[in-house]
Amino acid sequence: MTFNILSILPILVLAGFGMLVLVVDVMSARKLGEKNLLAYLSLAGIVIAAIVSRNSTATTLFSFNETFTIDNYALFFNILFLLSTGLVILISHSYIKREDINHGEYYALLMFSTIGMMLMASGADLLNIFIGLEVMSISIYILTGFKRSKLISNEASLKYFLLGAFATGFLLYGISLVYGTTGTIDLRQIASFVAGKGGVKDPLLLMGMGLIIVGLGFKVASVPFHAWVPDVYEGAPTAVTAFMSVGPKAAAFAAFMRIFLTAFGSSHYEWQKAIWILAVLTMTVGNVVAISQTNIKRMLAYSSIAHAGYLLVALVAANNMGVSGTLFYLLAYIFMNIGAFAIVIVLSQKGDVGMNIDDYAGLGFKHPMLAIAMTLFMFSMAGIPPMAGFVGKFYIFSAAIKSGYVGLAIIGVINSVISVYYYLRITVIMYMKEPVRDFHPLTISPLIVVAIAIAVVGTLHLGIFPSKVMEIAQRSILTLR
Amino acid sequence: MLNLISLVLLFPLIGTAINGLIGKKLRKETVGYIACGAIGMSFFVAILVFFGLLQLPPESRVFEKQLFNWIESGSFKAAAGLQVDPLSSLMILIITGVGFLIHIYSIGYMHHDKGYHRYFCYLNLFTFSMLLLVLGNNFLLMFIGWEAVGLCSYLLIGFWFEKKSASDAAKKAFIVNRVGDFGFALGIMLIFITFDTIDFTGVFHAASQGNIAVGSFTVTIITLLLFMGATGKSAQIPLYTWLPDAMEGPTPVSALIHAATMVTAGVYMIARCNVLFMLSPFTMTVVACIGAATALFAASIGLVQNDIKRVLAYSTVSQLGYMFLACGVGAFTAGVFHLMTHAFFKALLFLGSGSVIHALSGEQDMRKMGGLKKHIPITYRTFLVGTVAIAGIPPFAGFFSKDEILLEAFVRGNFIYWAVGALAALFTAFYMFRLLIMTFHGKSRVDHHAMEHLHESPKNMTVPLKILAVLALLGGFLGIPGASAINGFLSPVFGEHGHVETHGAEACGSHAACLPYLMMVISTGIAIAGIYLAYLMYIKSPELPKKLAERFSLIYKLLLNKYYIDEIYDALFVNPIKKISLLLWKRVDAQLIDGTVNGVAGFVRGFGSVLRLSQTGYVRNYAFYIVAGCIFIIVFVVFGK
Amino acid sequence: MINYLPILILFIVAVGFAVTNVALSAVLGRQKPGVEKLSPYECGIEPIGSARERFSVKFYLIAMLFVIFDIEVIFLYPWAVAFKSLKVFGFVEMVIFIGILFICYFYIWKRGGLEWD
Repeated sequence: MTFNILSILPILVLAGFGMLVLVVDVMSARKLGEKNLLAYLSLAGIVIAAIVSRNSTATTLFSFNETFTIDNYALFFNILFLLSTGLVILISHSYIKREDINHGEYYALLMFSTIGMMLMASGADLLNIFIGLEVMSISIYILTGFKRSKLISNEASLKYFLLGAFATGFLLYGISLVYGTTGTIDLRQIASFVAGKGGVKDPLLLMGMGLIIVGLGFKVASVPFHAWVPDVYEGAPTAVTAFMSVGPKAAAFAAFMRIFLTAFGSSHYEWQKAIWILAVLTMTVGNVVAISQTNIKRMLAYSSIAHAGYLLVALVAANNMGVSGTLFYLLAYIFMNIGAFAIVIVLSQKGDVGMNIDDYAGLGFKHPMLAIAMTLFMFSMAGIPPMAGFVGKFYIFSAAIKSGYVGLAIIGVINSVISVYYYLRITVIMYMKEPVRDFHPLTISPLIVVAIAIAVVGTLHLGIFPSKVMEIAQRSILTLR
Repeated sequence: MLNLISLVLLFPLIGTAINGLIGKKLRKETVGYIACGAIGMSFFVAILVFFGLLQLPPESRVFEKQLFNWIESGSFKAAAGLQVDPLSSLMILIITGVGFLIHIYSIGYMHHDKGYHRYFCYLNLFTFSMLLLVLGNNFLLMFIGWEAVGLCSYLLIGFWFEKKSASDAAKKAFIVNRVGDFGFALGIMLIFITFDTIDFTGVFHAASQGNIAVGSFTVTIITLLLFMGATGKSAQIPLYTWLPDAMEGPTPVSALIHAATMVTAGVYMIARCNVLFMLSPFTMTVVACIGAATALFAASIGLVQNDIKRVLAYSTVSQLGYMFLACGVGAFTAGVFHLMTHAFFKALLFLGSGSVIHALSGEQDMRKMGGLKKHIPITYRTFLVGTVAIAGIPPFAGFFSKDEILLEAFVRGNFIYWAVGALAALFTAFYMFRLLIMTFHGKSRVDHHAMEHLHESPKNMTVPLKILAVLALLGGFLGIPGASAINGFLSPVFGEHGHVETHGAEACGSHAACLPYLMMVISTGIAIAGIYLAYLMYIKSPELPKKLAERFSLIYKLLLNKYYIDEIYDALFVNPIKKISLLLWKRVDAQLIDGTVNGVAGFVRGFGSVLRLSQTGYVRNYAFYIVAGCIFIIVFVVFGK
Repeated sequence: MINYLPILILFIVAVGFAVTNVALSAVLGRQKPGVEKLSPYECGIEPIGSARERFSVKFYLIAMLFVIFDIEVIFLYPWAVAFKSLKVFGFVEMVIFIGILFICYFYIWKRGGLEWD
């Protein structure tokens, strides 16, 4: 019986704060009024969790009968999840007030979802990863439908739930097939089983692998398992969309890489071709459809599909640079994507009015700072140096080339070029078109300004000084195989 | 103290950020304080760094500070690091020092402009970029700085972009510079291919180890390409045409960018790469010839120009020619020395001309000046110092540096270099005094409207003038023959070949040892002759110029129209290119490429719209996609081999 | 697999018993259906309207809460069985678990989940 309380300390902290938020909320339902306290409480929880996960361990640690592990990889992702949740809380605070969904459960669910993500990144066996995935997903299903009085939000929630449950079925079936053929759900034991057989030959095991790809492919929103993304992203409250587009995606990639590099790392050739195709499809469909979008939330939804495609490229490459590049890219993506959503939130009005791309016309003159920040995020997502997105893409595509996937890298770069079109279109509209509407006086809460500032600094910092973070990322992936 | 070097860069960057982001909301005074304060602090740190460097023994006066690795992938490594050595420390002193004075001057000069914060934002950004250019420890960083100063120059020349001439001039400067930058970029790539690194240390070390044969083809091509970059930035033949037009920018900008700092970047670059250039005698000859030719050519145009700033612009081109001449004969120290003194007196002259223009409410034509001596006495006196300095009268700064260049040209090069240089010096003395006389002496030709507003400039403009005048007066003593401080200081960078060792305490016994003193006498004589000619033609017998112009009307017209170079370029390059591009635009671009691109875009968009149709909104359809995808993947994974 | 044989037998016996009884009563019993006999039995009171009505959502809420807490409590059984081998660790674990359960209960109560109106 190995049990180390330190290994799950961040999770415990988050769970504790989540419940605390719930209790504080119900105890003082009327009195709190603005409920600022809840937001600060949740932020405190995030910060404390981040501090304890930094200090929790220096070496790899297994716990709970070796089903749970804290290594540098998990730590990197823990910090990444906490960062994204923290930023989302910052941008949510004024948003949920504006949309009249200011309930304490919102923060609690964000934190519970984060717990699920951490479990996914730390799971050392398939079942733990699966439980993490469910904990994460269920919270998000609820968050998606958080605007209870809005039909579109309910619809999105239900769709997400149904399809999510459906995809979960595939994942679970895959896991059971893997268990059935290898006799274990422990990733390292699967790895030694596979290595002992000299690669995966058993068709049942292959099928299990394929089903796991489907289940996780749904979570990272890869084509053709992506159809839920635009509808759900559009229907969910914008702050939740921001959350969904970064945290769960990162968590799914964390699980993806841990499963496929640790357990199936030695039979790379069996799965890389399938992912190759997924990557190409995902990038292409995401970018191509994004071009014809007129609603910025939908556009960002497709762009997030496209980014998942780039990340799959790194998974295909599966070398050190690709995997550490993925970690780097996910971090960069948190900054630029949450930043972009923060701007979207600031500029929209109650009831999520003002989400059309044309509504951004003339922003450059009316609100130059916001426009500059938005331009920065768009440039970064398009991969223009010296923003973080460029460096991330650089690592990923050069990793693909290094592993011999020159064709894939070329497709990636072409896609990247296509994406420039719709990212820059926003910049063009902001600076070169006459405003079609009056920008109502914006009420910008200080918390969201902090979030935007962090996002700007992060985007620039990672773009100009990437090597330090890259070093950390490279150290983090050593325990994967 | 050397570790502080990054602060030199940081301060202007902070200034840029503050003025760029919130400058609009700040009071004008605050904007000015921030901008000047940033450069002032930078200057202070530069001084500290300079003294830090002095404390080291001369042979180990190189300090590199690795800032960060940008991207590392395989053997390619893009790192950012700063290098402080005598050459770059001298350059940052000039840039921040002169830049500081010009910033202060700008507070007064730009006071009434509505783009005040924009101006200071650009000016700080320029200083940052220029510092980056000289401090970078590899070619990539230098190139980034090189491009960034080009950008700032573009922005500042076109600062009054409502004026068509200004925006045209800005475009011209940008485009002409692109030609040079193209060469520079190719040169850097070739360096990377040849040496497998772009770090200065690595490249120069490899080059000085004898891995590259003297005069080998590669190094000749590399240096020629680098020199091509230099001709663009430093306005040498054939790429000099943008600089006179660049005078459309505000006058302090002309002083800072187009006289004191940016245009000398080419000289700095060649001095920095002296190891490479010394390996290619052919390139050195080219550099020297182009330098000498430019010096004479631009000076001759300067003889007849009537716009006060244009005269100064041509004089700048000409003086830059001197610097290249010095580099071309291997006298890098002399070139850098002249770079420094030129920064002093030419900044002074430009600022002085700015003060004149300011006093006359924007008038730049010297034919509408005259007799200003008593109205703006401080400007006059400081301007006189600058003029004497550039004319080369001892003991003013220009004398020492120019004399050294002429001497080196004679000793290391040949008589022709010297003769061309001397003739250009004669021209210089003439046109500068012509300018002085036409502006300040004689009868006033100022129209009465401007006369009413005639006033001496405010203190924040005259104080920088005074300080620069002192520098122009005394700066030359740093390189006084026989006890040259600057020679000693720069010798670690340029090694043995930096300067001629004929100076010194040897008795004037032999013929060779006498030469320097003989040369001094001759060049002083030349300067005096030029001044006398100006006196003769513009004070004693003012009708003489007109007669001469009629007598030699062909030459006069040729000079007045700047040899028709702009027209020739227009006919040779610009118009054909325009025609070709028009053709390309109409036929190839609009029809072929746009057709293709639009076709592709249309296809992509159409494809997108088709794909959008798959987004039905029905869960059952989405579930079907999942199942279909799942079947596909399983089939692919299981049977896909 | 042989270990599971008793379970299989039990399963067959259980299903068989039920099926047999239903089948026997259908075959052996005499059936004389009438209107009164076919109407639903509601404690002897006259039936009023169809039983297939929409229920208030509150029923579902209560039902769900019941199921959730019921299932949570089931964890107590295996814990009780293994109590001795789990020792203090197991005890602390279960205290924490019950504590969380209590917080949930408290939350639902305060939130009004148990109120009918």
